[in-house]
Amino acid sequence: MSFLSVRNLSARVKGGGPLLRDVSLDVAVGEVRGLVGESGAGKSMIGKAVLGILPKAVEITSGQIMLDGVDLLALPPAQRRIKVGATCALIPQDPLTALNPSRRIGVQITDRLVDILGWTRQRAEERALALLGEVQITEPTRVLRQYPHELSGGMRQRILIASAFAAEPKLIVADEPTTALDVTVQKQILKLIAALQVRHGTALLFVTHDLGVVSKVCQKLSVLYAGKVVEDSAVADFFRAPKHPYSAALLAATPKYTDPLAGLQPVPEAVIAAVRAEVAHG
Amino acid sequence: MALLQTLILRVITTAVTLLGVAVIVFFVIRVVPGNPIAMMLPPGATAEDIANLTAIYGLDKSIPQQFFIWGTGVLGGDFGTSITLKQPVLELVLGRLPATLELSVLALVMAIVIGGAAALTGTRLRETRVEGGIDVAQGMALSVPDFLWGLVLILVFGVLVPVFQISGRVTPSLQLPFVSDFYLVESLLRLRFDLSLDLLSHMLLPALALAIPLAAIIGQLLKQSLKETMHLDYVTLARTQGYSEAKVIWSQALPNAILPTLTLVGVQFTFLIGGTVIIERLFSYEGLGNMAIDAVINRDLPLIQGIVILFAVIFTGVNLLVDLTYAALNPRLRHG
Repeated sequence: MSFLSVRNLSARVKGGGPLLRDVSLDVAVGEVRGLVGESGAGKSMIGKAVLGILPKAVEITSGQIMLDGVDLLALPPAQRRIKVGATCALIPQDPLTALNPSRRIGVQITDRLVDILGWTRQRAEERALALLGEVQITEPTRVLRQYPHELSGGMRQRILIASAFAAEPKLIVADEPTTALDVTVQKQILKLIAALQVRHGTALLFVTHDLGVVSKVCQKLSVLYAGKVVEDSAVADFFRAPKHPYSAALLAATPKYTDPLAGLQPVPEAVIAAVRAEVAHG
Repeated sequence: MALLQTLILRVITTAVTLLGVAVIVFFVIRVVPGNPIAMMLPPGATAEDIANLTAIYGLDKSIPQQFFIWGTGVLGGDFGTSITLKQPVLELVLGRLPATLELSVLALVMAIVIGGAAALTGTRLRETRVEGGIDVAQGMALSVPDFLWGLVLILVFGVLVPVFQISGRVTPSLQLPFVSDFYLVESLLRLRFDLSLDLLSHMLLPALALAIPLAAIIGQLLKQSLKETMHLDYVTLARTQGYSEAKVIWSQALPNAILPTLTLVGVQFTFLIGGTVIIERLFSYEGLGNMAIDAVINRDLPLIQGIVILFAVIFTGVNLLVDLTYAALNPRLRHG
């Protein structure tokens, strides 16, 4: 059954144009769904809407976000916050800005376990220590006492991943978690997320613009264009035969490391015109 | 090692600053018109009387000579004797300093509490009418200087609704058991809360007059940094973890947003101490500022010099304290 089910979600900039158009997607328990599209296609917006961190200028105009059978949009804000805090987590895009510069790593992992989930400080600290081991940080005891500026970007992203898994959430939104990292680190971080996801059986909504990442980590895939889901497929099916002409062109545009001389294949103008028309009228 | 170097450098620059202040004050008050001897003698004194008295105070010597005599005395802890009050300057100044310090610190605490509360409320309720109201109030608080606020407060809480004292430091008829000049601190330590209340009743309005403009500055700057911080990723991350907006502001945004405000508070606190001069006069509060005005009116040269040097020491001391606090609060400045 679906742990997260987004139904006919539409959102827009207050007094402006639409950002999400009638978006529906499901993430089953323990399943990984990739969310791909160009910049500005609204893929991050979906994750933000689920977690309740949409910018103030964005309003949801219709639809439902069912989390574990409860419509989040129908809940009062305080209850929604606690429900999301207890069952979901975010792996943010930029590890350099996602840790509080004036607080030690340890408390940044343990605070929410103590404050929101009511754990004892000792249990939370043991958990943090174990998790840092799990994300392959050497000398975890020392790292827990350090400040973010003393650690590298890769280290910080490992810490944020550890923190996301700390409370055994049912769903994690990973918002382009490797985009801000060095290419050599990207692969390690991706492997790490995939391994932890399998071990903990966490459902994952993986926002990315990288189809290569999708093929490695995801089972399901939603392709977005201008706030509309143009294709919803199993990943294996998508790579064999994409259903929508736009997703086929997107797949063709992915650079091939096996054939670097082929160059880049931009999405053809005709395909873009067609998908624009479809989104505008559909 | 780096810290020690910084500290030594600070001590040296502080010494140079104080020397500069001493030189300027010493020369300026001797060059401007008006002379203490003329204030002391009755009309019709003979030229001989004037010459005698001038010689007694050493004012017949050249200004550099006078400076040398005074300077060597200061290095040995002797700031001279007040011409009008006939007492050692150091004793007089240190006797009045606690009154001014208590008033300034109370004003600072009030400014931080009022300004901090305004900033936190404005951030929590940002983009609402409440924030707009706070902005308007702060604009008003800023555009009126502290002594005018003093007059307004005297009129409202001293005359129209007389709930607070508007003159002096303490009710004169009270028996004071104090051994130090820190009346408020000592009354609290001795658990004589009746005296504390009387002292506070006298201090509240002058402290508030000093605090209002500073509170507005703190409120504006802190709210600005808080609002900027609220957009940052770690704040957003804390929201997804289930923290309430108020808790996010308090424990995630505030510790980072407070740094620029802290620097400003240090600078502004020295202005606030400067403001005590006129505010103490307005409320007849027996502090250093009130004494400074009397000293200037009477051309009491040694006393003016002593007070100005003391103010300069306080200013540089406050700035040093701010720098050290800044380093303590910002982990990125600690190593390196």
